[in-house]
Amino acid sequence: MVDAVSSLTHFKQPLLKTPFHERARELSQVDSFIPWAGYTTVDVFTTADQEYFAIRNATTLFDLTPMVKYRITGVDAESYLNRLVTRDIGKLKQDRVMYCVWCNDAGHIIDDGTVFRLGRQEFRLCTAQRQIDWLLESAVGFDVELSEVTEQIAALAVQGPTSCATLKAFGLQGIELIKPFETRHFTVEGMNIMASRTGFTGDLGYELWMDPQHAEQIWDRLMQAGNSRGIRAIGSQALNIARIEAGFLSPNVDFVSSEHTIRLGRDRSPLELGLSWLVDFNKGHFNGRRALLQEQRRGLARQLVGLDIDGNKPAVNSLLYLDKAGNREIGSVTSAIWSPTCKRNIALAMVEAPYFRLGTSLWTEIYLNRELVWERRMVQARVVEKPFFAPARRRATPPADC
Amino acid sequence: MNGGTYDCIVIGAGHNGLVCAAYLARAGKSVLVLEAAGQVGGAAVTREFTPGFKVSACAHLLHLMPADIVSELNLAGHGLKLASRGLSTTALRESQSPFTLDAAGLSAVSIRDAAGFQAYTAQMRKFAAVLMSALDAPPPRLGTNELKDKLSLLRLGWKLRKLGRRDMRELLRIGGMNVYDLLEEHFETAELKGALGLDATLGTNYGPRTPGTVLSLLYRMACEGAAHNEITAAQGGMGAVCEALAASARAAGAHIRVNATVSRIVVESDRATGVVLAGDEHIRARTIISSADPKSTLLGLLGTRHLDTGFVRSVRHLRGKGLTAKLHLALKELPAFRGVSTQQLRGRLLIAPSLDHIERAYNHSKYGEYSSEPVLEISVPSIDDATLAPTGSHVLSAIVQYAPYDLKGGWDAARQKFLDIAVRRIETFAPGLSTSVLASELVTPVDIERDFKISGGHWHHAEFAFDQFFMVRPVPGAAQYATPLPGLFLCGAGSHPGGGVTGLPGRNAARRIIGMN
Repeated sequence: MVDAVSSLTHFKQPLLKTPFHERARELSQVDSFIPWAGYTTVDVFTTADQEYFAIRNATTLFDLTPMVKYRITGVDAESYLNRLVTRDIGKLKQDRVMYCVWCNDAGHIIDDGTVFRLGRQEFRLCTAQRQIDWLLESAVGFDVELSEVTEQIAALAVQGPTSCATLKAFGLQGIELIKPFETRHFTVEGMNIMASRTGFTGDLGYELWMDPQHAEQIWDRLMQAGNSRGIRAIGSQALNIARIEAGFLSPNVDFVSSEHTIRLGRDRSPLELGLSWLVDFNKGHFNGRRALLQEQRRGLARQLVGLDIDGNKPAVNSLLYLDKAGNREIGSVTSAIWSPTCKRNIALAMVEAPYFRLGTSLWTEIYLNRELVWERRMVQARVVEKPFFAPARRRATPPADC
Repeated sequence: MNGGTYDCIVIGAGHNGLVCAAYLARAGKSVLVLEAAGQVGGAAVTREFTPGFKVSACAHLLHLMPADIVSELNLAGHGLKLASRGLSTTALRESQSPFTLDAAGLSAVSIRDAAGFQAYTAQMRKFAAVLMSALDAPPPRLGTNELKDKLSLLRLGWKLRKLGRRDMRELLRIGGMNVYDLLEEHFETAELKGALGLDATLGTNYGPRTPGTVLSLLYRMACEGAAHNEITAAQGGMGAVCEALAASARAAGAHIRVNATVSRIVVESDRATGVVLAGDEHIRARTIISSADPKSTLLGLLGTRHLDTGFVRSVRHLRGKGLTAKLHLALKELPAFRGVSTQQLRGRLLIAPSLDHIERAYNHSKYGEYSSEPVLEISVPSIDDATLAPTGSHVLSAIVQYAPYDLKGGWDAARQKFLDIAVRRIETFAPGLSTSVLASELVTPVDIERDFKISGGHWHHAEFAFDQFFMVRPVPGAAQYATPLPGLFLCGAGSHPGGGVTGLPGRNAARRIIGMN
């Protein structure tokens, strides 16, 4: 247990470089780097639009090494994770991945992430934020071993309609057969690579997990293999557009971890975030279960919904109103973009009960800065289904051109 | 193996478990009490520590149990006899005559203190009575919007207001103070301040300078007030009190099984539905009430997987490491304390020469050491109770502080050394004592943990402190006797109001459970 803490080194250097950093540096045209979980990472290589269209039309490489990774092993690993997260880990088969959230005692989300079942008693938990303290506290009474392995595993998202063909050309024979949320191990020229059919784009795509010492070699070979398929490295901005279209939540954007909130009422439950499908009340006890049952009985005070907004001006940070005059405030936007693929002005927004019902019409207050002059628009919007973009190819097995 | 079905199972037949069981049974519940030891009593038990000599294993004087509990449960009718009543408290002095803590005794020492003592006692008892109104009921919860909780807070507020402006201000002023500063304001005699300071720190992880010691003193005085401010000793020791409680519970219909160790609490569909005993017997009940300490109950018998991580963290961080040891001596003859009359010898004798002396004794414990000059509360119960020792011989029972649970190097290597230190310390006041010792025993916190299954060996199960008191005792989420797991309740000293042989947590828990149905 103590080893799990003393082995951490991420804090010793202000920002670490990922094993792909030198390659990213070479490709960066605008020198736009941002910190992410203790690493310096690319926000934009060229332009966000150009990179975004590569996600939807070709193949993209996104360095997700900073994703925090925990290794969880031991006879109680399954029951430990079952007590930690809200989904039933008992249903997670070997070589499969589950998207999960986990809550504090009050049923408020601490973080979301993915759980990989690597063996009967071996799991990997990938999270956006570090939380070794919560994970260790949760381990009391369970026979598990926990360690952070973020620095030991390099990770690369390979996403886009031609990603499967690219990976096949790269040498992952049989990649076309792995289904969404499945993982498989490959060896390419002596390099071990685990591929999972997961991603944050809502498109066809994979994530590759590898030894950091092979990172550059794999990057180079992928660039070669994808050359004729429009491969392009992308940064966080482009990914953000894709993830909003896919209706995926971003921590500290669409919710704040309940471990970090200071103000009362800023915590969010999975039910409020529209993630009730992730909460399995029948699997036995898990953190926050009793509070969530109570919330379910009481009814939701608010819910995160998708909005379709008139016009084409993204409703960034907008307040939402019931009336055009703006007398009755009923929520606010957490993420908003003009969706280039849907050709719709979309947003994720937290809306008070009962106005989160599908079809509810409401008003968004949009501010526009036009050559330093601010203009205010009240624009009508409707509560709509998520995701906004869900192409059949994201699930097709095998994908179309493989 | 099926052991039947009850309305309530009470885990542990200590005084609080028995009080809880008795009240539940009187309310018409079918109740089963399960006790791991071979007799009832828990830590409130009388044990034979050497052939022919018996003594109360922990607390040895009966002065904290509210009179209404004693009468409601008709303990006298169920065999409780008092060996002695109206016992005095006498402060021993190193080079001068001892004095008894009353007007007559003090006037021989300091006219000022004799007068001040009466005023001080009257005021503190008034304050303690206000506190009592919060102690003898389940604590309210904040933010529930329930009438019961609001009324409970109102009642406390009203009692405070009724003190009058001057007294209310004074109570609010001293409530968070340390007892050292309070006593310095009132008295000049070092041994008087030492004696009163010892009362505030007995059984705690406190020196007189620790904040919160006025509260712990008021807590003690509140319980004493409810017991009509009379120190008594039960015929047959503290174990006899529990025998009477058990008889009262049985008469009300409760079943009590000894040698029945609960190995775990059974959970079905997120509800405590029974217990499994060592030997695999499964007994079912709609309500499980544990008088074991919160850590043993929640982390041990229940297990963390039925609880949320944050709650488990609070329970793990509950402070409850004992610093109090008990010394038992089998004596050939009645000990002779210098200047102490027979009448004084029948009561409490305190060795706490000054507040600084207690504080110095406490200092050792902060660093994992025992006190080189411990402070003691001594009683010779065999003077009035022939059941405790063979004719002519006697038993000396002393509470000895400080003896930290986490002793550097462990207690096995140190037990005899500390025992000798304690005996030598008493001998300073009772010359020749050691030549009269036939047998001796030192019960350290580690022994208390092992013998009575109290995690940390703390007399109060959980430290008595502002952050572990009233609405948050033992921890938020379990402070109104109900734990987060439906059907599982706490009723031991770790719950509100706290430790001491009071029976208050047991009665409050029973009231809460009865009130819920």
